[in-house]
Amino acid sequence: MATEENKIVAARPAAKSGAQPGTQSGSQQGFVYLPLIAGWLVPGAGHFLLRKWGRGALLAASIVGMFTMGIVMQGKLHSNPHDILDILSLAGDLGNGLLYVFSRVLSLGADQVQVTTADYGTRFIVVAGLLNVIAAVDAHNLRTGRKS
Amino acid sequence: MTHFAAVLLFALFASTVFGITQRETPLRMVRYGVYCFVLFVGAAIALSWLMFFIAR
Repeated sequence: MATEENKIVAARPAAKSGAQPGTQSGSQQGFVYLPLIAGWLVPGAGHFLLRKWGRGALLAASIVGMFTMGIVMQGKLHSNPHDILDILSLAGDLGNGLLYVFSRVLSLGADQVQVTTADYGTRFIVVAGLLNVIAAVDAHNLRTGRKS
Repeated sequence: MTHFAAVLLFALFASTVFGITQRETPLRMVRYGVYCFVLFVGAAIALSWLMFFIAR
């Protein structure tokens, strides 16, 4: 017997998934986390994959510009954290993805902060990493359809 | 580079990312980016004057 409660329970899975007819197959094509990972590794790459050229270019220019300014100001790239603040800063630095890796390989950035602008540069690098994480998550939201 | 130039650069880069990621349409992105930029720079100037008067 199809009571009113049974009808509601039967309709719940479709409502819970949030999928609409015709859109589910499109959102499941390909690896859904690719823009997230690409956006983390290379600033703006997640948006480029989704053909959002303007947004990707602006994000890449902002994040790479901020990271570069941090390096130019002799900011410090964290590598071996000693306390909780160093761990948090390292987490921020790692948000830069391949920029961080290449800078470490090329020995860019200062080992010790010795001038005031170097302290600013260190913050620039950390914030660039955090902004890159925000941009990568935005690309993921675009990919999943949570954002248009 | 002066400290104020560093503030302007920081505000410009951060506002650009905030505008693009936190809003959906281009017009609203620009408006929110400008809003964030003004808040960043305005807060820096206000706090600078506050610290100036505290230090006197």
